[in-house]
Amino acid sequence: MASVALSEAEKVYIVHGVQPLKITVLKEDLRVDGRGCEDYRCVDVETDVVSNTSGSARVKLGHTDILVGVKAEMGTPKLEKPNEGYLEFFVDCSANATPEFEGRGGDDLGTEIANTLYRIFNNKSSVDLKSLCISPREHCWILYVDVLLLECGGNLFDAISIAVKAALFNTRIPRVRVLEDEEGSKDIELSDDPYDCIRLSVENVPCIVTLCKIGYRHVVDATLQEEACSLASLLVSVTSKGVVTCMRKVGKGSLDPESIFEMMETGKRVGKVLHTSLQNILHKEESLGTKRQKVGFLG
Amino acid sequence: MAMEMRLPVARKPLSESLGRESKKHLVVPGDTITTDTGFMRGHGTYMGEEKLIASVAGSVERVNKLICVKALKTRYNGEVGDIVVGRITERRRSAEDELAMRGFLQEGDLISAEVQAVFSDGAVSLHTRSLKYGKLGQGVLVQVSPSLVKRQKTHFHDLPCGASVILGNNGFIWIYPTPEHKEEDAGGFIANLEPVSLADREVISRLRNCIVSLVTQRMMLYDTSILYCYEASLPHPIKDILKPEIMEEIVLETRQRLLEQEG
Repeated sequence: MASVALSEAEKVYIVHGVQPLKITVLKEDLRVDGRGCEDYRCVDVETDVVSNTSGSARVKLGHTDILVGVKAEMGTPKLEKPNEGYLEFFVDCSANATPEFEGRGGDDLGTEIANTLYRIFNNKSSVDLKSLCISPREHCWILYVDVLLLECGGNLFDAISIAVKAALFNTRIPRVRVLEDEEGSKDIELSDDPYDCIRLSVENVPCIVTLCKIGYRHVVDATLQEEACSLASLLVSVTSKGVVTCMRKVGKGSLDPESIFEMMETGKRVGKVLHTSLQNILHKEESLGTKRQKVGFLG
Repeated sequence: MAMEMRLPVARKPLSESLGRESKKHLVVPGDTITTDTGFMRGHGTYMGEEKLIASVAGSVERVNKLICVKALKTRYNGEVGDIVVGRITERRRSAEDELAMRGFLQEGDLISAEVQAVFSDGAVSLHTRSLKYGKLGQGVLVQVSPSLVKRQKTHFHDLPCGASVILGNNGFIWIYPTPEHKEEDAGGFIANLEPVSLADREVISRLRNCIVSLVTQRMMLYDTSILYCYEASLPHPIKDILKPEIMEEIVLETRQRLLEQEG
């Protein structure tokens, strides 16, 4: 993971900021940028930034910049799930983000993030895969979700999951019909109207909340400096109803069961607020329609 | 807990919000500045084909007969006498070094130093031959573009709001709690690791956010601008300073105060 070098004194300063001097006083947390332990940095979300994709989104969380593109292609369903389509994730850690990612340096992190995304989507309710089926055992939609890391400023997983959810919300899959003629051969007909498309329901798509353990407290949305002070983190993937779909521990430090329980509760609480904000902003953006001023990359 | 999501807003060009009448003469590398050969070439220019051409991207500055191009965003170029704040990334490994220095300075430590000499390839050699330089203890580092740090007589400032700041010419700004008393005998190499009080932390966090907002709005950093920005930000909670609309408001107020003070 991209990291910064910090001196001992800087680490001590950050840790003391997160955990107050008196254990009973819980309100005294003040991180370096003035946030509390459960505050996120300001998030900028924009969808439909890449024109030749079925759906795209760009998320800026502080200094972290993520671009996600979704392309829908037709293919054959998997053998064990003949009535469903599926999602494929690919994460590219661009060398623009940090010099560590030059050449093949970003591949490890990329595979780690992609595997996490596979895990959190690996359940029946996240995305309605049956709606992606065109004709069982023969044709289905495969959604290729490509994640591009443009800038790395801490808290990658959260930003990526927000961007993936926004991109899936923005995805428009063309409506197809299967025509069967007299000889029994099937033909797939694409609708003439380019705006005739089906959209995915992203109600149950989970988002990841990363909780980093610093001292004996935990923080949400850690910056690179705070991540350097934390020895263990918990990634909790939460749906909008507060249901935890998967959990993962990263880091070389240890977590005791009580901390894990507390962090999970915080993750659920924070996750619900995250989902509500994201839903609101996505609906607001859609309601603006064509009046929306597209900012893109040159704004 | 606070969570704010918003749609991105395109940034307005600064000249619009300032209402500047005279637009700066901006050039990019390769642009002709003037065909008049009577001028002396300064930094960022070169003579080619009978005309003065810019070699960096920036604004043209003219002082009588001297034309130079001041780059808006550059890598740091060392000058003798500059104060810099730096992080130790690598060290020479020899037996004496291991025995002597490792007790004082480790990899990752921050130090403040002065530039002693500049080599022809751009590398600088530093010295800490004064008690005011040395290892830095607890505090916050902000990295900005070197072109935004104004050259002044002194770069060590004890701000009246309760914290001190070192404005490194290389763009590394160090904010730290003002030490209670000057320890002359310690020599600055033993870091104080006691917890910093909440009041000091609030001042430091506020200063850090003010500096970040000044940098985002491309304002020069010096003690007066930082102090005015701090005072303008006092009505707002610390974490709100980084919100775009509040940032613009605070920096506008700072700019106005600075103009009044000059004029």
